[in-house]
Amino acid sequence: MDPQLSLLLNGIVSGLLLGGLYAAAAAGLAIAFGMLDIVNIAHPALMVAGAFLVVVIGTTLGLDPLLVSLLIAPLFYLVGVGIYTFYHHFFERRGEEALQGLAFFFGVMFIVEVGLVMAFGPEQRFLDPDYAFITWRLGEIDLPLRMLVPAVLAMAVVGLLILWLRRSFTGLAIAAVAQDAEALRLMAVDPVKIKRLAFGISVALAAMAGGALVVVQPVEPSSGQIFIGRVFAICIMGGMASLPGMVTAALLFGVVENVTATFYGPSWSPAVAFGWLLLVLAFRPQGLFGKAA
Amino acid sequence: MTRITRRDLGRLVLASGAFVSPAAMGQGANPIRIGYAMSLSGGLAANGRSSLLAHKIWQEDVNARGGILGRPVELVFYDDQTNPGTVPALYTKLIDVDKVDIVTSPYATVMIAPSMPVIMQRRMCYVSLFGAGVNEAFKYDRYFSMNVAGDDIKGTYGKGFLEVAFSLPTPPRTLSILAVDNEFAQKAAESVRHLGRQRGLRIVYDRSYPPTTVDFAPTVRAIAATRPDVVFFASYPPDSNGLLRAISELKVTAPILGGGMIGPQIAAVQAQMGPILNNLVNWDVYSPEPTMNFPGVAAFQEKYRARAVAEQVDPLGNYLQPFAYAQMQVVEQSLARVGKIDQAALATDMHANEFKTVVGDIRFSALGEWAEERNLFVQFQGIRDGDLEKYKKPGTKVILYPNNLKSGTLRTPYGAPA
Repeated sequence: MDPQLSLLLNGIVSGLLLGGLYAAAAAGLAIAFGMLDIVNIAHPALMVAGAFLVVVIGTTLGLDPLLVSLLIAPLFYLVGVGIYTFYHHFFERRGEEALQGLAFFFGVMFIVEVGLVMAFGPEQRFLDPDYAFITWRLGEIDLPLRMLVPAVLAMAVVGLLILWLRRSFTGLAIAAVAQDAEALRLMAVDPVKIKRLAFGISVALAAMAGGALVVVQPVEPSSGQIFIGRVFAICIMGGMASLPGMVTAALLFGVVENVTATFYGPSWSPAVAFGWLLLVLAFRPQGLFGKAA
Repeated sequence: MTRITRRDLGRLVLASGAFVSPAAMGQGANPIRIGYAMSLSGGLAANGRSSLLAHKIWQEDVNARGGILGRPVELVFYDDQTNPGTVPALYTKLIDVDKVDIVTSPYATVMIAPSMPVIMQRRMCYVSLFGAGVNEAFKYDRYFSMNVAGDDIKGTYGKGFLEVAFSLPTPPRTLSILAVDNEFAQKAAESVRHLGRQRGLRIVYDRSYPPTTVDFAPTVRAIAATRPDVVFFASYPPDSNGLLRAISELKVTAPILGGGMIGPQIAAVQAQMGPILNNLVNWDVYSPEPTMNFPGVAAFQEKYRARAVAEQVDPLGNYLQPFAYAQMQVVEQSLARVGKIDQAALATDMHANEFKTVVGDIRFSALGEWAEERNLFVQFQGIRDGDLEKYKKPGTKVILYPNNLKSGTLRTPYGAPA
């Protein structure tokens, strides 16, 4: 195969795998930010907290990090419910969710980061499953399982979530609360209860993303910071309340980053990826899958 | 019953003070206060916290010996949160409000540079920790650096790496360079670029990457496509992990691979990478080889390792920790010679004298850097797993450069089985 073509194909494939990780990281935020209009800037920090818990439990019990991340998801759901209850009581209920709510989630982010340093120290933590050192080769295409397995898990979880949101009454209520919370009351559904549930799910997804992150790279308390810009950009590019849009945007982000890194150097990757975001918003201000107001 | 008035209480306090011995006054009431900011949270916290442990061990050692000038030493430190924006205010507080006697620096260039204007304005004598070329721009005559890099980073940093590369039976012809977008890494890359061209190497890949990069596979693949003889990386953790994992997954080999990767010096990275580190030729500052068994370093490391796990810091202490201890030894020896806290006299003393430290004998240049650079290039050899015990003994991280500290011979290529 022509070396340039091989580089291009590998750039696309590795970009799709990277996009899988981005989708895992952005899935919870697509619910909180996209559907509930809650600017949870602490989401990547919660993902890293999930990663630390995965490392501790996985190392102690000898379990696979992705399995542990699914096992701890209910605990993170409860954490999410607690955070939302606090946020609703002190900010949303008073109509002060815009700026003060943002400051609250900044605070949560710093507390999580410092809490991780206090509890686990500032050192890198890792938990490598055996498959993380295996690379499948399909002709000239490399498929490192370190990237492939978390991407597959992320796609499976997001796929199930999309089905649940479309097929169940509660799922439809979550979609509805994003559009008109007051109209939901007319259907005898408490929008606060629905938002609490949805925010709990978004934080549970942060735990799953933490497991994916541990397989891909070691984590330290501040690891979430490099994801903040990307996950918000992906949610906006995808169309806010659209999970399929979020997945498409995440994959596109990964491919653009990696193809650019392959041919023009990695220093251009963020500029080109965020340039794509601006281009998409210029032609489709509602995002790829968003509906025009 | 007689009531005690405030005046009586005052007399009582004065009277009780009169019975305190002069020695006890010196010990308890008038310590020498050394102030600094340190990254105890944020991205640099791993090295910041382990430096702090080294400083505490030094403080305990020196106080056990009766302190400095008969006065105990007290450390006054604040968390800079790895945020350069906090540093000027912290040093202003340390000097103007806390009124510390001596100031030393936070860890790393990016945190030291913003402290310099405050330090220079107050004319404080200043010993820094792992700053690279900070004083090139400031040219402050009371600045002293605890770092092996020396005055001329461009002219010397990459020298050892290329010396090792040119010791190959077949001299290399091509060089690739990848460096993270930060000051130290860019200076390191500039040095290798400059020295590589001087030696006639053709540069086939020369790019930077942003610190937010997550996946290094496309970059490593692009480098491998140019088939370089010498691969130089200047990276920081966790990027170094990402690069090494991608190199391993893509089975990249090269006669010489490594360079200025920050990460393989740290225990957590050594534990995770295991055999992936074999034959990596990398910049370093310390290795427990017989050639670096300086007086006091083994005793320091014994104390450090005994406490490191409980303090949740690097369990080995093979990187900057001995240098953090040595940083305070410089302050201690200078104060002992000068005999009083006089910033000008301390600076004059530091320029004039040699210091005996746990990282060897040190002399400072006019710019305050080490008068003789001592960039080490080490090679990881014979690693079969992530067990850290082997890193406490010689033979795992052998020194290839400089020649006076050399402890082993080059194994090549990178990517060959251990």
